[in-house]
This record gives sequence, C-alpha cells and structure tokens, in this order.
Amino acid sequence: MLLLALDTATPAVTVALHDGTDVIASSSQVDARRHGELLLPAVDRLLSEAGSRLADVTGIAVGIGPGPYTGLRVGLMTADTFGLALGVPVHGVCTLDALAYAADLEEPFVVATDARRKEVYWARYADSRTRLTDPAVDRPADIAEQVAAVPAVGAGALLYPDVFPRAHEPEHVSAAALARLAAERLAAGEELPAPRPLYLRRPDAQVPRNYKVVTPR
Amino acid sequence: MADSRDEPLVLGIETSCDETGVGVVRGTTLLADAVASSVDEHARFGGVVPEVASRAHLEAMVPTIERALKEAGVSARDLDGIAVTAGPGLAGALLVGVSAAKAYAYALGKPLYGVNHLASHICVDQLEHGPLPEPTMALLVSGGHSSLLLSADITSDVRPLGATIDDAAGEAFDKIARVLNLGFPGGPVIDRYAREGDPTAIAFPRGLTGPRDPAYDFSFSGLKTAVARWIEAKRAAGEEVPVRDVAASFQEAVVDVLTRKAVRACKDEGVDHLMIGGGVAANSRLRALAQDRCEAAGIRLRVPRPKLCTDNGAMVAALGAEMVARNRAASDWDLSADSSLPVTEPHVPGEAHDHAHHTGEGNLYS
Ligand SMILES: [Zn+2]
Repeated sequence: MLLLALDTATPAVTVALHDGTDVIASSSQVDARRHGELLLPAVDRLLSEAGSRLADVTGIAVGIGPGPYTGLRVGLMTADTFGLALGVPVHGVCTLDALAYAADLEEPFVVATDARRKEVYWARYADSRTRLTDPAVDRPADIAEQVAAVPAVGAGALLYPDVFPRAHEPEHVSAAALARLAAERLAAGEELPAPRPLYLRRPDAQVPRNYKVVTPR
Repeated sequence: MADSRDEPLVLGIETSCDETGVGVVRGTTLLADAVASSVDEHARFGGVVPEVASRAHLEAMVPTIERALKEAGVSARDLDGIAVTAGPGLAGALLVGVSAAKAYAYALGKPLYGVNHLASHICVDQLEHGPLPEPTMALLVSGGHSSLLLSADITSDVRPLGATIDDAAGEAFDKIARVLNLGFPGGPVIDRYAREGDPTAIAFPRGLTGPRDPAYDFSFSGLKTAVARWIEAKRAAGEEVPVRDVAASFQEAVVDVLTRKAVRACKDEGVDHLMIGGGVAANSRLRALAQDRCEAAGIRLRVPRPKLCTDNGAMVAALGAEMVARNRAASDWDLSADSSLPVTEPHVPGEAHDHAHHTGEGNLYS
C-alpha cells in the first residue's frame, strides 16, 4: 500500500507518504496564510523525493480539523479530488488525534490548537491513542479548571501558558504522525471517519436588519 | 473545417461566488454545464454569505465534476486541460475551486489554467454564437460587477473602458427588492413584477449621464436612494406602493443607462457588435432594450442564453479551451486564488517552470 497523508488544519502545510510499514517521506511548512499555494508543490516534491507517482497511491488520509476553515478546506478539497481522479479511498483523521499521536504520552493529557478569536480547539485524551471527549471550541479561561493539571500539546496550549501550565511540543500537527495513526487504524480494521470538515462553529452570518431608511427625519 | 475532435477538450471549474459550476467544452462547443447553487442558503441573510458559500462549494465539488463528465459523455483521461476561476471573487470561495482544479489537473497529468472570471463571462458567448469577433465590445453586468470592456483577444488583451463607481447593477436590484420586501435575489423578482408595470410611471434619475460625466462609467447608488425615498414617501403618506410600476420604472432607469452607454462605446470605438454577459444579462428588459437600440444603431447584439449569463463552469471551460487553442502558458502548481485579479489579466500564466515537464511526471494519463 501507499498512503498519502496531508493536513492543512493548523498553520502547517504538512504531507507524508506511508508504504504500509512506515513513513517513507514527509515535509512540513508553517505558513498560516498560504495553504492554497503551498500544498500542491509540497505533494509534488514529496512524490519525487520518494521516487513515487501519484498514480501509485492506494489511499489518502486527510486531517478533518477542527481548524481555521479556509486552510482546512484546502486539504480536504485536495484529498477529495485526488480520491475522485485516482479512484482510491479517502479517509478522514481528526487533526487533534494526529497531534495526540505525535505527543507519544501514556498518561492523560490535552490537545489544544489555535482557533483564533481568542479560542482554542481542544479535546482530552487518556493516552496518545485514546480520545475521551469530542473536539470542542472554547475560550481558554472557560476550560482552565479542566486542563490545568495535565500536560498539554499544540499551539493552542502553548499560546495560553496561564491556562495550560504544562504545555509542550509538538506545536503543529505533522502528516507523518497522521499517516502512522491512519495506517495503524486501517491495519487494525478500524473504520476511519469520512473526509468531512469539523467546523464546530456555525458560519458567521448576520441577518441584515430591514433596509436602512434613507428619508431624512 | 478541422474535425471537431481536434479542438481542445477542457473542463472548467467556477466557485467565485455562490454557484459551484463545472462545465465541459470542446473548442467552442458546449458539452456540459453542471451547476450546484447555494442561493437558497443565502436567501434568509439577504445576500451571499462567504462562509456559507465556501462550505457549499466543498460539499458540491466532487458530485458536480462527476455530473459534468457524465453529461458531457467524456472521460477525464481525454481532457486537454483543466481551467479554473482564479479571480476576482470571494477569496475563500475561489480557493475551494482552485484547490480542486489543481488536484484534478495534477492527478490526471493535465495542464492547469487559472483564468479571469470576467473574461470568462465574455468568452462563454463562443458557445452560443461561435468565435468572438475581434475586437469584442462587452457589457458585463451582475451582482458583483458592471463594466464595459473592449477585448482584442480574449486570452491576452482585455481593456476596461468603464465600470461602476459605486454599486454593481445586480446589487441595486437586490437592494430595491429588499426595500419592496420581495426577497433575495432581487433580479428575477423585479423583472417579473416589472413586466406588469409601467416603465414610464415614475421618472427615476439616470446616474452619470450628464454631458460632463465620464462616458462609460456607471453609478447606481443615487438611483437606489431615489427609489427608496420615493417608496418611503408613499408609505409615510399612508398610500399603497405601486410595486409593479416602481419595479418597472427602476428597472428601466438601470437598463436605459446600461444600453445607452454600451451602444455609445460601440460607436465611439467603431465596433459593430455588442456582447452582454453576467447575471443581469438574464433580465428580459435589458435584453429587449439592447436589441432595439443595437438594431437602430446597426450593431449586432450577442447575448448568451440566461443560464450561460449567470456564473457557471462552462464559461471557464470556454476560456480555458481558447487558452489551449492559442497555446497560452499553463499556470503553476502554486497558483493563488486572487480575489482582486485585475480584469486586464485574462489568465495567470506560470513563471519559470515548464508545465509540460511538471505534468509529465508520470501521473495518471500523462
Ligand atoms: Zn460573474
């Protein structure tokens, strides 16, 4: 098998190839504003470094967030379309789960990424492979009591050290970890989620009030 | 004439606003025009909500590509290129289409063409009336733009003669529909009411038509305010608002200015035909008045059928096919979605790289 993994749900544009045994190539670039420009060239370089062709890929694993929407959609749309063109399955992986996997902890901890607007996307884990809560979006101060005592990873934790005093690396998700997690779960016969985005927030949309009256009073 | 099979077969993707469009053309022949619209999701907000549009594009893209290929009866492997709207438009919405187009082109081993939305609105007429005359005079009117453009070559040379200095024509329709409580979008419903009204009932102002005003620019903000004020005065006096007459008189003011300036531009530039595109080109009164005035001035009018005037993927494919036919450089894999791509750039050619080399790296059908 040849699994192409990618994630654009955090400031990292990260890609990896997994051959069923281990990751054979990977790369990450951190640039929160250029996911759209960076992803395809990164895939192109990844394949040529590995001496592979996209047509050799037998499956795709993609981070489904949660994460800032504009960047998140770049990875999902790319994965969806690769899946269509190649006729291979596209598997979703919760981005927080991939970060948790990379943390490599055997004790309870928290993963938190930056949700902007002074909020974090977060979830609690029993260990690196076991998530305990659904991903949520909250203001750090509102979850302080729940997270203060345990280690925490991710940019959201590192950004608010008062709330996450035991925060440490990794800061961003890596597709290498995402690929290993996906490969492990697939090998175990687990069903991975559909490649649909975890937005967690409703779209910002103001219902306009009635039109502004123009007649002077 | 060459076998039509020799003409470029291109798939086009459009996501600049609220329509997810995927079209397939062979040269100047329309093979498929699949559109998934999120307009109903925006209606309760009274306008297009960018995040709602972007979410809908992501969900609709793959099914719409599949539908377009099926409708066209072609296989992805036979495509000569993938074209996509690179701009202008809503940044987040454009990015979904650009991401899809890149991934599709890369996976299939086909060249990618990032093209301009406005040039696509012009080029779509090739699917209806055959190759564009050169130069082409085009009046583009929609919710996002109102421009007079002169193009000597739709793949390389588009010159803006004038544009709106405030609201787009389609925006004015939306706003007046809201004042009249007719819902969103405003264009079709105003058109419908106007058909039963008297276009001469109320003399609404014609913006920027004075002797010292710029000849080809438009302004609809003053008209919008005048119409709202007129309606409010009626309401304040406790009188019923004659919705049909207001709709007809307002619409007449808009299309009078649009057609007058477009015909003048044709005469001034010595162009003997006029192309009208964009969503407002679906307006029945605009089409009728343009026809009358063009005939009187000896100008041939070209307006595509309404479905090709509103945003769609076929127009993007049409311009992409022209790019292939004229050997224009393909775009690079780091193509950006550019929400303010200038109208003077019909496409976004790649820079240093040789695209043939890129696509030749052994993907599916290269
Ligand atoms: Zn348009």
